[in-house]
Amino acid sequence: MALHFELVTPAKLVRSEDVHMVVVPGTEGEFGVLEGHAPFMSTIRDGAVQVYATANSAPEVIEVRGGFAEVNEKGLTVLAEHVEG
Amino acid sequence: MASLKELKGRINSVKSTQKITKAKQMVAAAKLRRAQSAAEAARPYATRLAAVMASLASKVAGDNAPKLLAGTGSDQRHLLVVVNTDKGLCGGLNANLVKAAKAKAHALLAQGKAVEFYLVGKKGRAPLRREFPKLIGAGFDTSTVKAPGFAEAEAMADELIALFDAGKFDVAHLIFPTFKTALAQEPTITQLIPVPSPADAAASEALVEYEPGEEEILQELLPRYVRTQLFGALLEREASEQGASMTAMDNATRNAGELIQKLTIQYNRSRQAAITTELIEIIAGAEAL
Repeated sequence: MALHFELVTPAKLVRSEDVHMVVVPGTEGEFGVLEGHAPFMSTIRDGAVQVYATANSAPEVIEVRGGFAEVNEKGLTVLAEHVEG
Repeated sequence: MASLKELKGRINSVKSTQKITKAKQMVAAAKLRRAQSAAEAARPYATRLAAVMASLASKVAGDNAPKLLAGTGSDQRHLLVVVNTDKGLCGGLNANLVKAAKAKAHALLAQGKAVEFYLVGKKGRAPLRREFPKLIGAGFDTSTVKAPGFAEAEAMADELIALFDAGKFDVAHLIFPTFKTALAQEPTITQLIPVPSPADAAASEALVEYEPGEEEILQELLPRYVRTQLFGALLEREASEQGASMTAMDNATRNAGELIQKLTIQYNRSRQAAITTELIEIIAGAEAL
């Protein structure tokens, strides 16, 4: 059980890996995405994307600015204009 | 015929020119690799964004579509965004771009439309200004930064969208070089604003939930799409410039080599001629005794 997570900026493909869960700062509130999430699309506000590699591990925090998230059957794709860290 | 000293001077000057063109060629080759990988790295974002745009645009069609997608309703005033390079020494790249821009402008003018230019990059300003002195509008200077990146594309897109919102133009076309190979770069013209509706709307079968709403997302997506489009153009320009520069400098180096060879032969001949004359003079002098 793994969620395919991709973080893409205009400059490069920052992440493309299988993780347990990702918490995304949506415009209308944070949401966590696990494997098998229903198709979903949201704009995101500036904030931290938290990547949980496994169920118990500490989250890896990636600051993003400007973008949106898309969940489809292939996994989660976050398109961000700027990424820090 | 030129004297020996003159010939020697010319050979030396051509040699130093050759050194410069050779250095420029190698620099361009190294930069080309970097520019190409940058262009490649930008592709995933562009393709994903285009895919999302396609699925959204097909849903939010009709009257409530944002202005950036639907347009102003008229197509009278056109803005040509011409992306030229900042530096020369890249063969006919800028000349070809200017030619394409001129052709497009003349075609639009012939249809009775109003045309204005928005020039990016330093080159190509002068020839376009000569041809259309009254049509040159604002421009964007990319020469202040070493490698134009997303920040520049963002600033440019914001400026263009502001102009569009202010009702300064109805349709914007983007003219930029596409990098094919180091030998071939083609001027390409695409419509930038209003954002052309994607043709394939097949992939929108899945039930997707939108947050906040489809229109709001699209509203936010469209400027982003324009930015990505401009960013792509800047990257293509970078790769094209280096590719064209590499080819042009390769030719220049080869030409300089040929010239040096020719001059060296000429130099050797006149040196030999001078020696022969001297010998004849000595022999003639000795015989006279």
